[in-house]
Amino acid sequence: MSTLQENTLPAKQKATRATVHRRLHPTVIVYLALVALLVVGSVLVGLRGEVLLDQNGILNILTRATALGLVAIGQTMVILTGSLDLSVAYLVGLTSLIAAETMAGQDSMVLPGVLLALAVAAGVGLVNGLIITVLKAHAFIATLGVALILRGYLENNYTGPAGDVPRGFQHLGYDRIGPVPIAALLMLAVAALCWWYLTRTRPGYHMYAVGGDIEVARLSGVRTRRTIITAHVLCSVAAGFAGIYLASRLGSGAPYVGTDAGYDLESIAAVVLGGTLLAGGRGGIAGTIGGVLILATLDTTFDALEVDPFFKDVVRGVVLVTAVALYARRMVANRAHGRLS
Amino acid sequence: MTWRPRLAEGTAPALVFLLLLLIGLAIVGPAYSEPAGYLALLKRAAPLMILAIGQYFVIVSGGFDLSVGALVTAGVVIAARLIGGNESATAWVILLVLGFGLLVGLINGLVTTKLLVPSFIVTLGMLLVLDGATFLWTGGAPRGALSDGFRMFGRGNADVPVLGEVPWSVLILLSILVAAVLFMRGGTGRALVAVGDNEATVRMSGGQVDRLRLLAFTLSGLLAAVAAILLGGFAGVSAQVGNGLEFRAITAVVLGGVLLGGGRGSVVAAAAGALSLEALFTLLNLLGVSGALKSAVQGVIIIVAVAYASLGGGVRQRLRLWPKPRDSVQTAQPASS
Repeated sequence: MSTLQENTLPAKQKATRATVHRRLHPTVIVYLALVALLVVGSVLVGLRGEVLLDQNGILNILTRATALGLVAIGQTMVILTGSLDLSVAYLVGLTSLIAAETMAGQDSMVLPGVLLALAVAAGVGLVNGLIITVLKAHAFIATLGVALILRGYLENNYTGPAGDVPRGFQHLGYDRIGPVPIAALLMLAVAALCWWYLTRTRPGYHMYAVGGDIEVARLSGVRTRRTIITAHVLCSVAAGFAGIYLASRLGSGAPYVGTDAGYDLESIAAVVLGGTLLAGGRGGIAGTIGGVLILATLDTTFDALEVDPFFKDVVRGVVLVTAVALYARRMVANRAHGRLS
Repeated sequence: MTWRPRLAEGTAPALVFLLLLLIGLAIVGPAYSEPAGYLALLKRAAPLMILAIGQYFVIVSGGFDLSVGALVTAGVVIAARLIGGNESATAWVILLVLGFGLLVGLINGLVTTKLLVPSFIVTLGMLLVLDGATFLWTGGAPRGALSDGFRMFGRGNADVPVLGEVPWSVLILLSILVAAVLFMRGGTGRALVAVGDNEATVRMSGGQVDRLRLLAFTLSGLLAAVAAILLGGFAGVSAQVGNGLEFRAITAVVLGGVLLGGGRGSVVAAAAGALSLEALFTLLNLLGVSGALKSAVQGVIIIVAVAYASLGGGVRQRLRLWPKPRDSVQTAQPASS
């Protein structure tokens, strides 16, 4: 700290700097970035004589954000616990098929279809969690292995879309209040529920504890295995919701709907963009939703600007790395000031 | 235990697994009763083995490189566009592709070490950038064609005095493998493993952690470029040539008993893991397992392999094959993620 005192900055200025650092929670930064992006996007689109945030634009952003948001909410819990899930993309495809095939066009089968899809998703999450905790496989390999198994099942049994969603159930995918899709509101409700779970309940706290330092958590009496397994089950169920939502939008189940959108790596990108530490223990749902909205806004803006789709990937990669580099700098700066961020 | 050869932890099971697969191939496939069959297998496996060697450097030092698949695609697509069937351009394009790989690896390494971004994120970002930029440049689909001189390395044979006709790719693979083994036995290689095992210790003992990490990523990028040249020759130009190769290379390295998170495993085992993976695919083909189920089998096998590596000490002790003192078993277990 002596170097700090030798600093030539006047004391008052130092203090305000410190408070700024403390006040700007990563989540706040994410939403500031989102607002900035919306403003810049609106101006750029406005220069072409169009409006970004008209009814259609808002609808577009929220629709894009719904499926990815659901997957990313689950991914957040897994990453917070210090784990990772690479199997979500295939699971989204699988659950969309299960839901659509069970429903088979009948309104009476909607509930069984949804429940069955969620049950299978929970089962896959349980397997992920058990492989990681009992067989002690690294989460990366465990979930990659499960992803390959799911892929084998999908490739062996399906060549294209299958199943049929009744018309009534398609309302879930298309109904909206003004420019806001019902499904997006449901996604936000799921997010709120998970936020409450993570920040207001004991098992939620345990997830932060396990992600922060699994040994310390264990020594403090946290059942680390149970926590990791719970996180994986919840993550897979969230992916299951995404699959069901996509089935209702597409009208049928599609085996590769998750992988085509790259939900495995994309969801991890959204979580990390939202300020959650990849190593776990720090971050949260609110940031993730911000991250998802940023990605969706980028996409919508580029579409409105008619930018080459490949350019989108480039920007996405750069945004991701830049954001995480900024978070890392903040953490280093905070540590140097002797604070936990 | 003095009778055991001096292999790094996890290497012996990987080699045994490979041996079993090769024996299985000899039993099932008539083509594998003579060396030519195995040479063809080695030729097919060479690009993945080279990628696995590169990935090994990064993984053993505690990182991930998810960008290699995209780098392979980029390498092939760039080469095809620049050569455009023009034989005279071959030499400088090969150098350019290698330089490009080196540069991508260098950027990965610099961002990881200087900007403190986790390598998983850096290389994921690089994957997106490379995928986007390559096709932005070529307008969505690969254009141009590779020259025969370029493709020679992937599919041609070289005349070796004693052995006769040996595929170029096998020669390149063997020289890289030998170089990698020598490198890992040297001081720098050992320091690289130490970084993956305990970064703080290396830093306090005066090791250049950042420089070692940078080196690992650069080597991975360079070797991915070599793999791109071989794959371009072997499989031709396509936009999907590198799809999923990053996961396959990581799988191969892990199958070789190398610990994710770093600090344990040998480079030979990583290459053996890649060969095992390719032999496994061949075996499944010969057994008539449908292509679709192949990935499921692959998934089961990598989970079992990693579980065995993690629980190995415990299982062995329970079976009382190689009784070990209790404390050494516990220290051998990796910290669960």
